[in-house]
Amino acid sequence: MGQIQLKQVTKSFGETQVIPPLDLTIEDGEFTVFVGPSGCGKSTLLRLIAGLEDITTGHIEIDGKDATDLVPAKRGLAMVFQSYALYPHMSVRKNIAFPLKMAGMDPAEIDKRIENAASVLNLTDYLDRRPGQLSGGQRQRVAIGRAIVREPAAFLFDEPLSNLDAALRVGMRLEISELHERLKTTMIYVTHDQVEAMTMADKIVVLRAGHIEQVGSPLELYHKPRNEFVAGFIGSPKMNIFGGAEAQKYGGTKAGIRPEHIDVSMTDGTWKGVVGVAEHLGSDTFIHVHETGLADMVTVRITGDISVRHGDTIYLTPQLEQMHKFDAQGLRIA
Amino acid sequence: MATKASRSAARLMMAPAVVLLLGWMLVPLIMTLWFSFRTYLPLRGGDQGWTGFDNYVRFVTSSAFWPAVQTTLVIVLGVLIITVCLGILLAILLDQPMWGQGVVRILVIAPFFVMPTVSALVWKNMFMDPVNGLFAHLWRFFGAEPVSWLSDAATPSIIMIVSWQWLPFATLILLTAIQSLDSEQLEAAEMDGAPHLKRFWYIILPHLSRAITIVILIQTIFLLAIFAEIFVTTGGAFGTRTLSYLIFQRVLESQNVGLGSAGGVYAIILANIVAIFLMRIVGKNLDN
Repeated sequence: MGQIQLKQVTKSFGETQVIPPLDLTIEDGEFTVFVGPSGCGKSTLLRLIAGLEDITTGHIEIDGKDATDLVPAKRGLAMVFQSYALYPHMSVRKNIAFPLKMAGMDPAEIDKRIENAASVLNLTDYLDRRPGQLSGGQRQRVAIGRAIVREPAAFLFDEPLSNLDAALRVGMRLEISELHERLKTTMIYVTHDQVEAMTMADKIVVLRAGHIEQVGSPLELYHKPRNEFVAGFIGSPKMNIFGGAEAQKYGGTKAGIRPEHIDVSMTDGTWKGVVGVAEHLGSDTFIHVHETGLADMVTVRITGDISVRHGDTIYLTPQLEQMHKFDAQGLRIA
Repeated sequence: MATKASRSAARLMMAPAVVLLLGWMLVPLIMTLWFSFRTYLPLRGGDQGWTGFDNYVRFVTSSAFWPAVQTTLVIVLGVLIITVCLGILLAILLDQPMWGQGVVRILVIAPFFVMPTVSALVWKNMFMDPVNGLFAHLWRFFGAEPVSWLSDAATPSIIMIVSWQWLPFATLILLTAIQSLDSEQLEAAEMDGAPHLKRFWYIILPHLSRAITIVILIQTIFLLAIFAEIFVTTGGAFGTRTLSYLIFQRVLESQNVGLGSAGGVYAIILANIVAIFLMRIVGKNLDN
């Protein structure tokens, strides 16, 4: 069980309010990702849920019970920190055992749970090492192991992958997703990386300056961003957003088109531009097109390879049904 | 990185300092060793030639030796326990954000800058004097009989004075160690259900263990040699004669340079044993 409800939660540090009144429900078993640019309050929100920070006003309910004034340990949540926060003077076994020992659990049961967690996380061979002797990915797994053994109502992840190198990050991303499939426990995951959000989440919460900009499934956010901010934040490469007369032609103050929804031709099309840098990834090619009269630079994504050179003239045609239109307030026009 | 030329230039540049330091150390060391094997009584016939290990045997078999060793141990251990325990407490307190932190920290460090002779005199005359001392006034205020500290409780008094001097040192080292503790570790422990005392016991104290070892070793080396505090307060009376004070008495009060030198050699060996441990631990610290 692990339904978490935030009701009119606010947080102020002194005079500055970092979280304006905020309502959010995280359903039991859901993988929820808080995503947003740095300083948007996503980590603060997680710490409020964890109980590491006191909320200024409002209520937090876990499984329908008011947890606003509960100390962190009593909330039944487990957290994985960005720095892993392993205890350096304890062996892996003792690290994982620590929360159970604090709970006064029977040593035989502790051993059983450690063996379980270690086999799930491939840590069996490392149980007697110190954290200092482990690689980044292994430390990450120990931190997750320490969280799993408590059998918490929900897991909280605070940017857990940001200290890993790119290859390892992809691997751990999969492992965490698989772990969620297996445990079916509520997970709240904070990241600034929208790729992590898109690939892992059941539900994404996009935050900006403490405000929730949109809540939805990854594809909902991709296809129907509620406003210009979400449109620009979700999707890689970024959506091309432009204003002016060209946007009004499509019926909005601003209009946006994703790089993958633009067709390219060397002979004719809606917009004419000059090729800048072309990034060849093999499977895709990202072409940065300048002098289109829309924005400084329009990014186009082409499946496969295309032979264009710096300085070539290129014609772009947007797929009209994929065009996003925004009003003067930046909100989506359906 | 360094070429042959730059290495030999470096050696040349360092040579004066090395020679000076070496001379500074070697001359007194060799003189001590030399005298320790001779019968040298400046007022009773002067240098009377070799005696072999006589001085060494006489020093350890004298009736004053074992009590002196015991006093030394009591004082060193007493000061270590007090400074480490209070140092940890003070370090935790000073680590809390509070108003006037900078001033408070300087005040806490201040005793370390007072010369041992001065601080011992201040304690002796202003605090522990059985007639005019602040403690005497305090005792009388509560209707109690003032304690004549330096004669009735001489060793505890000296432990108190020396602890007061060394507490800032312990606090300072432990404070910097506490400040280097990753706050996420404490938060993780909090999430794991460890209340304040358990967080201290399982997270903070192990984190401080190395700093505590260093404090203990450095202090031990200096505490084995305390002298001024004893000289100006009890003069070695009332069971406060430590090993270093005994050496002083053998040389200057008994006018037996040979015997005192032999004691000095024992002290050198003792200090070096501690120093070896210290070097190994500091070295280990630098490796990580």
